Amino acid sequence: MTAPVKQTDEAGRAEPVAPAGDLVPLGLARRNFAGRIQRIEVTDLNSSLLPEEIERRLIELGFVEGAEVRVLHEGLFGRDPIAVRINDATVALRRREAMAILVGQEV
Amino acid sequence: MEETEGVLTPHIEVTREVPPTVGAFAESAKSPHVALVGVPNCGKTALFNALTGSRQKVGNYAGVTVEKKMGPATTPVGVTVDVVDLPGTYSLRARSPDEEVTRDVVLGLRPGETAPDLLIAVVDSTNLRTGIRLVLELRKVGRPILLVLSMIDIARRRGIEINVDAMSAELGVPVVTANSVRRGGLEDFWRVFDHVLATGIEPLGKNMWKTPGVLELRAEQREADRIIDRVVTLPAKPDTLSARIDDFLLHPVGGLVFLLVLMFVMFQAVFSWAQPLMDLIDVGFTWLGGLSQTFLPPGLLQSFIQNGIISGVGNVIVFLPQILILFLFILLLEDLGYMARAAFLMDRIMSGAGLHGRAFIPLLSSFACAIPGIMAARVIDNPRDRLTTILVAPLMTCSARIPVYTLIISAFIPARQVWGLFNLQGLVMFGLYVAGIASALGVSFIAKFLFWRGHPSPPFMLDLPDYKIPQPRSVLIGLMVRAQMFLKRAGTTIFSMMVLIWVLSSFPTAPANATMPDIYYSLAAMIGRFIEPLLAPIGFNWQISVALVPGMAAREVAVAALGTVYAIQDGGAGGAQHIGHVLAQNWSLATALSLLVWYIFAPQCASTLAVIRRETGSWKWMWVTFGYMLGLAYVFSFITYHVAVMLGAG
Repeated sequence: MTAPVKQTDEAGRAEPVAPAGDLVPLGLARRNFAGRIQRIEVTDLNSSLLPEEIERRLIELGFVEGAEVRVLHEGLFGRDPIAVRINDATVALRRREAMAILVGQEV
Repeated sequence: MEETEGVLTPHIEVTREVPPTVGAFAESAKSPHVALVGVPNCGKTALFNALTGSRQKVGNYAGVTVEKKMGPATTPVGVTVDVVDLPGTYSLRARSPDEEVTRDVVLGLRPGETAPDLLIAVVDSTNLRTGIRLVLELRKVGRPILLVLSMIDIARRRGIEINVDAMSAELGVPVVTANSVRRGGLEDFWRVFDHVLATGIEPLGKNMWKTPGVLELRAEQREADRIIDRVVTLPAKPDTLSARIDDFLLHPVGGLVFLLVLMFVMFQAVFSWAQPLMDLIDVGFTWLGGLSQTFLPPGLLQSFIQNGIISGVGNVIVFLPQILILFLFILLLEDLGYMARAAFLMDRIMSGAGLHGRAFIPLLSSFACAIPGIMAARVIDNPRDRLTTILVAPLMTCSARIPVYTLIISAFIPARQVWGLFNLQGLVMFGLYVAGIASALGVSFIAKFLFWRGHPSPPFMLDLPDYKIPQPRSVLIGLMVRAQMFLKRAGTTIFSMMVLIWVLSSFPTAPANATMPDIYYSLAAMIGRFIEPLLAPIGFNWQISVALVPGMAAREVAVAALGTVYAIQDGGAGGAQHIGHVLAQNWSLATALSLLVWYIFAPQCASTLAVIRRETGSWKWMWVTFGYMLGLAYVFSFITYHVAVMLGAG
């Protein structure tokens, strides 16, 4: 385990406080999964939006590093979309976009 | 269509200094302009309603169909200010026409709009993060800001403590708490607001705002989180009421079942609750018609007043109760916070048909009227999804079809019990609604396949607000606005169409030795007979053809027009019951069924087409809508008529 480093890259992202191996994409999380966001990283190049635009929208809804998230509800088909509690708000989003939200699970 | 957001909304780099306007109003008698800004569901509209009450006006911004809500507010010391409620937005980046209006008004760049002297930033006390980040962005615009922490009562009840002075110091703007729904809940707001007005709103600063990128957004959100961490004490045990309610209402299976039941109850209510009121309105107009018969000499004037105006306008106004009940449900569900949940539940199903989950709300509104439905499609930021929603919204069974359906069903379909449980008339009505929904989904699926194959679906991200008890006052204001819009339409478009129909059906008058009813010699009959050959293959006679001409202006006019045509033909009184009787004598069942099917599809609403042109900004999509709906109407009516004739209903 490396010590948490507080550095930011060109997009202002903080380096993850946990190593990448321990991070779970929120898009794979099941109901009642809870954790803290470590990194927002949009890798979906097949979306109708540019990765940067998806990242901006996620940030505007409050998905930034350090925020607490919990999966509250799942849809019927393919457990999609999901309703996520983020700090004091609830946001619905599809698993596809939630893949960009990398979460360190609370222990 | 544009591929990406970046193409659609060019990044605007606004750094020029906006000329100061503040000094101007201090010298002149002009009342100060304030604009309410905030994220969606922040309590902005509740505050707007509390400030302006019934004095508010709803209109449109020039050139777009974005709803403009404004009105005067008078402070306790008697200063009048003009308040405008801007569309909710998470940032000034402007991803949709609504948000562009907010951005342009805030920056003072919207042509024809007075730049606000003061921004009132509304932030939900129970959900501060996104709102405070927006305030940090707004600060860069250089306009004076007053921050209102809304729903402070709910926050206090939950044990959320906010150090208002510390927050004000951190943000550098005055901060007040407010409870917009309780009497006296705005005392704090008024005190500070009056103080700001009395001491003079601070002058406009330099505009430093630029379209923020991920770097700025992230930095602002971090800063917002830091401020919140410093000035807010959260309760040890967070409130989970909404989450517990959602355990039922967002249950994968139970939630969908509940939504279906809710829709069913809604339509039951629209039909059964409205009936007594509609009967009352009908009685009123029949009485008025009777009066005109008693007090006016027989002849053209009496016919004009009785058949043209009273029965024509009455046949339309009679639907006001149904429209209001439907809007009552929509407003209540919206204020409760359920609408976003419905979008969540429907997202997967809708996206299967090529629609966005958010399209659920516009399509649901389209059951009342396609016009607010098409306008509500503005909440869909992806242009392709928005266009699909606009194209199919007119297929949803709007309330203007109800009169046509009711009339034909009650005249031709026996009120028989089916399987001992359902009423056959009700089943046919239900079937027509299902046909509308199915065709909307079908058309959007085909549109996706034809035009937008291979385009990935855009993201679905939506705030699910905490549940709230709807405020009767704000629901009432919403209903009042809808009623005014409907009556205005009835008084203008529909009224003028009725006058036109009456003129067409009454002139030229019959010759002295006429053997046929008067209308047989009229212009209307000539037009009807001219189109009749086109419509004969689908079983329509010349009277229907005549009624369809003004029915192009508005669907419900066709009923009134049929009433007028047959009333003048029979030279007697109209009235809904009589029309049904006359139709049953004059039409075959096959014709009636064919007309019902025609009405599922036919693009018979000039206002809808006008709104489509305005919303899409192109004549092309208006004609596409007109063409495909007309084509579907003709083809399906043709099939229905001939199948019915083959089965012996001709």
